[in-house]
Amino acid sequence: MSFHPNDVARRARMSSMTLVLGFVFLIGAFFRTQVVQHRQYVMQSEENRLRPIPLPAPRGIIYDRHGEVIAENLPAYSVSITAPSVDSLRTALTQLAPTLQLTQNDINQAIRRFRRAPTRPTVILPDASIDIVSVLEEHRLDYPRLIIMSVPKRYYPDGPMVASFVGYTGEISEAELNDPKYVNYKPGQQIGKGGLEKQYESILHGKEGVRFDEVDARGRPVRGQGPRPDLTPVGAPPLYTNIDLDLQKFTVGIFGDSLQGGAVAIDPSTGEILALYSAPSWDPNKFTGGIPVEYYKQLLEAKRRPLVNKAIQGTYPPGSTWKLATSIVGLQNGVVTLKEHMPVSCSGGYQYGNRYFRCWEKKGHGSLDLEGAIKHSCDVYFYQLGLKIGLSNFIAGGIRLTMRDKSGIDLPEENQARWPYAVDYYNKKFGGPRNWSNAETLNLAIGQGANSQTVVNMAKLYSAFAAKGQAPRPEIAHLVPQRKQVFQLTPEHYAGVLEGLKAVLEAGGTAGASAIQGLTLAGKTGTAQNTGGEDHGWFVGFAPADNPKIVVAVLLEFGLHGSRAAHIASDMIGHYLKVGPIKATMDEG
Amino acid sequence: MSRPIVSDVRLLVTAGLLSLFGVAMVYSAGQTDTPTAVASVYKSQIAWLLIGMGFAYAVGRSSVRFIEWITTPLYLFSIFLLGLTLVIGQGAGTAAGTKSWLAIGSHRVGQPSEIAKVTVVLMLAKVLSGRRESAKSLLDLWKPALVVGIPWVIIMLQPDLGTGIVFIGIFFAMLYWSGVPWPLLILIASPAISLILSFSVGLWGAWFFILLALVLWYRPYLIEGIVLMVLNVATGVVAPMMWEKLAPYQQNRLKVFIDPSADPRASGYHVIQSKVAIGSGGLLGKGFTEGSQKRLAFLPEQHTDFIFSVVGEELGFIGVTIALALFLWLFLRITQIAERANDSFSSLVAFGLMSGWFVHVLVNVGMTLNLMPITGIPLPFFSYGGSFMLASWLAVGILMRISGEGRGSALSLRR
Repeated sequence: MSFHPNDVARRARMSSMTLVLGFVFLIGAFFRTQVVQHRQYVMQSEENRLRPIPLPAPRGIIYDRHGEVIAENLPAYSVSITAPSVDSLRTALTQLAPTLQLTQNDINQAIRRFRRAPTRPTVILPDASIDIVSVLEEHRLDYPRLIIMSVPKRYYPDGPMVASFVGYTGEISEAELNDPKYVNYKPGQQIGKGGLEKQYESILHGKEGVRFDEVDARGRPVRGQGPRPDLTPVGAPPLYTNIDLDLQKFTVGIFGDSLQGGAVAIDPSTGEILALYSAPSWDPNKFTGGIPVEYYKQLLEAKRRPLVNKAIQGTYPPGSTWKLATSIVGLQNGVVTLKEHMPVSCSGGYQYGNRYFRCWEKKGHGSLDLEGAIKHSCDVYFYQLGLKIGLSNFIAGGIRLTMRDKSGIDLPEENQARWPYAVDYYNKKFGGPRNWSNAETLNLAIGQGANSQTVVNMAKLYSAFAAKGQAPRPEIAHLVPQRKQVFQLTPEHYAGVLEGLKAVLEAGGTAGASAIQGLTLAGKTGTAQNTGGEDHGWFVGFAPADNPKIVVAVLLEFGLHGSRAAHIASDMIGHYLKVGPIKATMDEG
Repeated sequence: MSRPIVSDVRLLVTAGLLSLFGVAMVYSAGQTDTPTAVASVYKSQIAWLLIGMGFAYAVGRSSVRFIEWITTPLYLFSIFLLGLTLVIGQGAGTAAGTKSWLAIGSHRVGQPSEIAKVTVVLMLAKVLSGRRESAKSLLDLWKPALVVGIPWVIIMLQPDLGTGIVFIGIFFAMLYWSGVPWPLLILIASPAISLILSFSVGLWGAWFFILLALVLWYRPYLIEGIVLMVLNVATGVVAPMMWEKLAPYQQNRLKVFIDPSADPRASGYHVIQSKVAIGSGGLLGKGFTEGSQKRLAFLPEQHTDFIFSVVGEELGFIGVTIALALFLWLFLRITQIAERANDSFSSLVAFGLMSGWFVHVLVNVGMTLNLMPITGIPLPFFSYGGSFMLASWLAVGILMRISGEGRGSALSLRR
């Protein structure tokens, strides 16, 4: 051993230097990590411990034209869970199944949601009952990953009364998630599924907020924090509509439980939809947060087909209500004048070629001018008018009146009307020009044949007439009115046709029983021939006739003919214009 | 001859401050948001500290000669205990697959390797101080090599890589202190260095030429020189085969040391979370017991192997600097004790104990910043663990005794 003091002192110096160097190295490394790279690690640490919990924004409230609530939000509870993997989620759900009364379907659905967005809490129950929530709250510690959140739930105070136009909300579906339209949506979110809710989804859905929950390394929430001020959910602005909830409810009341059909009321000067109803209806509140299988099955299988919207989806031959269109096209094309009588007077039918075309009035109307023909809805007159116009011109006239188009109402479900695009339509349909006769013109002239219209489209046609050719776009949401000139009549011609429509609701007219004392109504009844059963009854009309404030179109399925529909329409008009229900007691002419 | 109860105030105060600091951190480590068993371990840590201080006091009342006399039986006993772990050993913590714990039934009694660190230092000091001359050739070193080698082999069989590294550190430090020339130390270490460098052919080649130059310059015995070069070649070639023999978790640890992001969910996860904890602590830290990484269980083994990450996260760079400064202060003081010791045994013991601690601090603290591989090596006075606290304070007691008998001490002046 060499333990000479000098040697030892030298080694001690070397050792001390090594020690100091070693510690300087360590302290340097900590300085670099803690002071120089501090920011970067703070960010990582925040990311580590804070997990974003999405906070659904309340949907925009939907109001009627007087500020009555059509759709609002109620507090409800959603139950979701965070899970690191599918397996862990499946295990947790299996454990929770008895408590939450989960079906296998619920579990599979939750797993699908998780696969779509594994970092978001997976929604298990979008609308949990208070019983389940209270059980879960009791066992909070057993299920640390569960998130029970108060969420806004869509509620329609008038339920089935407004279903026809308001639609419903529900969880976004797989197909919708794949749709580029919903590119920013996440599984488990509620979206508008029909009606206004769907049409104005982008306005109504609001901005989802985020709450940051502190979680531990296993993803269990440790403590909740309030939302960061910049990330609170932003409720959507309200949607103001043109609906008159009072008229809507009144309409629903008339239809009651037995009648089925559709009704639309429009302010012809602006196209504002005042009421829109399809009977029978369904309850949109039951659809919120998942449609119950039983209820849906019942609706689907119901004979009266409540899920088909009879105001905008059902298309029906317009019948005699179409005679307004025939008259307009005839006058505009100059093939007829107001006082002109047709060559063949009405004796209950019209012989065309080898076929005999009946008038609805077997007794016959005799010889009528245009005004009289409208009043009595004389088929024989209009057969001949149709022939005078000619098929090609008539089809073009209908297209010009936009009766081949959708009405443009702001509802996503609207079906397109059916009307030939040209004479060629018949060539295609029957396989060549020789296989059909001009008799089709006769059918078209009285609103039968290759013509079927939605209730809203007919309401639009009469609105166009009420507005002297300016067809307004029917709108439920309160937007800037849009119009389009679809025809132009001389004032004399216009007045003449109007007189005819007024006469319909006078003594001897087809809807004379629906007249209202002190109010001039104008309109037209119609019967849609229905090969599958009883005929459908139509009425489209407006009032006051000289300064129209409201146009009403009513279709009664299996309503035989238009007089009952006319009753409903005149009730609606009377209610809206606050004119008493005193009706002239007249028999149907 | 009256003996003062405290023969070295600076040593005692530094070790005491480190221990109190450590207990506080063990307490904080238990303060997690989801309470675990760690929440109450600070109580037993205090108990172990008190027992350790009692031992230190007892040792401090004895004499260096008594310690030297009892060294051989102590050493043999600790070898026996180490051997026992291979039979009835259990694992724990980051090294759950190993057998470093001595257990009776399912109850873990202690880690004999912690006690062995002290007894090996004593035994090595006894063997080295028994020689008149310092070793000049490799053959002269067979005895000290055997003293360290036997426990080292057992520990590597457990296997406990971290403790193995500590033993090697102690061995080289004590040889250096005993006067073995540095070229000889490098020659001894050369096969191991070859082993490490063998993963890169270029590095190993360069190392081989440096070694050759060293051999030619230092001129050891011809036979030894040739044997060394052959050994270097052998380890350079054998190493890849050895790699295959390592347990997967050991391979992983070494791999992750090189690139922690290679396996971010498993081994690398610990290091990344530890760095995030320390880095987010910043200059002043998040506050005592307030570390979010720790609270939310992102830190693994926060009361044992990664306790220094808690220091970094909660007390910041200031706290880290204070802790490291205390360690440096302690180690410099012990170096001084070794320098002033009355005899070569005392001197070697002091230096050996200090170097063991230094390796611990360097590897453990370095590990929290990914400067060292994760080897499951505790931090003296900080990491929770009875055996280690006991062994550490036993060492403090021995050092107090040596300091008390050394030159310039109150005791020696009175003599």
